[in-house]
Amino acid sequence: MRNNRLAKWLISGPPLLYLLLFFAIPSAIMAFAAFRFPGDYGGLLPLMDVNPDTGKTELLINAANFREFLTLENFARFFQEPVFFELFIKSFWYAGLTTVICLVLAYPLAWLIARSPKKHRDLLVLLVILPFWSNFLIRVYSWMIILGPQGYFARSINAVLGVIGVGPVQLLFSHFAVILVLVYVHLPFMVLPLYANLEKHDMNLLDAAQDLGANAWQRFWRITWPLSLPGVWAGAALVFIPALGMFAVPDLVGGTDGIMIGNLIKQQFLDSRDWPFGSVLSIMLTLAVLMLAGLATLIGRGGKRNAL
Amino acid sequence: MALLEIRDVVKTFGDFTAVNHVSLSVEAGEFFTLLGPSGCGKTTLLRMLAGFEQPDSGQILLDGKNVAGVPPEKRPVHTVFQSYALFPHMTVAQNIAFPLKMARVPQADIKARVDEVLDDVRLTQFATRFPHELSGGQRQRVAIARALVNRPRLLLLDEPLSALDAKLREEMQIELINLQKEVGITFVYVTHDQGEALALSHRIAVMNKGQVAQLDVPETIYSYPNSRFVADFIGQCNLLDATVVAIDDGKMKLEIEGVGIAEALPVAGAAVGARGTLTLRPEKIKLGASLPAGDDHEVHFKGKVHDCLFLGDVTIYIVELDNGTLVETMLPNAASGRARFFDDNDQVELAWRFDAGHFVLA
Repeated sequence: MRNNRLAKWLISGPPLLYLLLFFAIPSAIMAFAAFRFPGDYGGLLPLMDVNPDTGKTELLINAANFREFLTLENFARFFQEPVFFELFIKSFWYAGLTTVICLVLAYPLAWLIARSPKKHRDLLVLLVILPFWSNFLIRVYSWMIILGPQGYFARSINAVLGVIGVGPVQLLFSHFAVILVLVYVHLPFMVLPLYANLEKHDMNLLDAAQDLGANAWQRFWRITWPLSLPGVWAGAALVFIPALGMFAVPDLVGGTDGIMIGNLIKQQFLDSRDWPFGSVLSIMLTLAVLMLAGLATLIGRGGKRNAL
Repeated sequence: MALLEIRDVVKTFGDFTAVNHVSLSVEAGEFFTLLGPSGCGKTTLLRMLAGFEQPDSGQILLDGKNVAGVPPEKRPVHTVFQSYALFPHMTVAQNIAFPLKMARVPQADIKARVDEVLDDVRLTQFATRFPHELSGGQRQRVAIARALVNRPRLLLLDEPLSALDAKLREEMQIELINLQKEVGITFVYVTHDQGEALALSHRIAVMNKGQVAQLDVPETIYSYPNSRFVADFIGQCNLLDATVVAIDDGKMKLEIEGVGIAEALPVAGAAVGARGTLTLRPEKIKLGASLPAGDDHEVHFKGKVHDCLFLGDVTIYIVELDNGTLVETMLPNAASGRARFFDDNDQVELAWRFDAGHFVLA
């Protein structure tokens, strides 16, 4: 027994320590920063300083003056100015749309890979993850060239549109470009969990369903789809959450109109040097995602075990 | 008109002929079994009845109508799969309601019919369980209930009991017989277990290499196999190579290789000089330290016990005849307090009546 427990700690200890140092503690620091004031030259207003007389580090904050150091104003600002809320909604919309498009594209692909002969599957999965072998930024930059006004793609689209008397349209620096590239970047994260799920499905179940009178659509909708839901949820989480916080893609292909919440957070930390407000935005984003995940779990749990 | 008629059906996969010119018919209300070793084509035939495979040539008629090209979901035929294939995300009741929903039965009727069939298979209190919360036997019953609830014209059962342990299998056999009587639906049952086939079926088609080797009622299949293959496949059997040496009124003389002359019932087509096999069931052979002679109808041989297999209710004795041939025989351990009558190397005598065995031509 004792050895067993020791082994458990030895195995789970290092990752736990890692998460504590680089996730839990930084998150706590950030949460605390949300209640503080920005420093004069960026960063945070210090809570302790070196006393020039004694040369010792002293705490500046005390019971009498804590209001000069801690505040709820950063949160108040978030709730008072609708522009932040609107950006939240827009980012959720972008991430949601990206997730749905990824799902629609990835499901048939994952299904085909899972149904292909066993000897081909590994190769097909390799092809799905092949884009990861080149740098993320290079892949996004190549989209800038494809979508740019001089690119063949944009020129042919506009040529076609010109024939029917529409356009020209700008593809780069648009909502369209942001969604397109977000889908491109995240698609493998949807394909892989879906494939892992669909590959395990028992084909006898589909035979049984067909035998009992289910047509192709009913076999999908009543058997394959419900059984693939764990894969769908995993893929949706792997796409939605990173897409929601993405700042590089809107930065590069979104133009002024295409920014997302991630860009705003980056701005607060790097450009405006308002760490406390950046922290507020981060915390609100995290809370929103957690609430969404909780909601999804509740919905997933409901409706089971009814008799018919 | 037979409910199901299979006419000269052929099915090949590449250069392997799975079903080779099979013709047979099944009457309404019959418990019909396709019996054979793995690879004999019985499962392929079943899949063609269900609609998952199409015959290369020949016809399958259900109620007199050719079902070629009718997909499985449109056939009034349901299958109980070997793996049960219960839907893991549905409760027992939902599983059973599935075919009714597909057939667009009104919701109110669904409830009543699910309850009824749950009662038939004694699973009423398990309606809200999921398949993974059931035992093997219960899953089996759910699979049968699900396939029966829509009252198909034909129920196909693909080795449905093979995943159960021996004791449970026997219980399920009795349940299956009763259920079939009760619902009156025609069963086509596929198995490689000859005991199961004999116990359950009204008629059996023994299949070998894609063809029907023999089709008859269980008693005839067992007592009068028409080939060495059938005799060997069904139950335990001594297979003694023999040649016909004489035929006279009602009896036939055989020269059994390495044993001697024995009499047997004449069979159609056997002429003097014909070679074949005398099939002799172990339980039809008498065994004793010495057996009284005098019955003209009996043939006697001497030998010694080569091996004993104690099976509890009976003991199998393998007797080596004087010339080295091994013959399997058995004695019921009916005497109280005595489990075994002979030991290895005991001198014994064998005897059987002329009509105990059955001669099949090679």
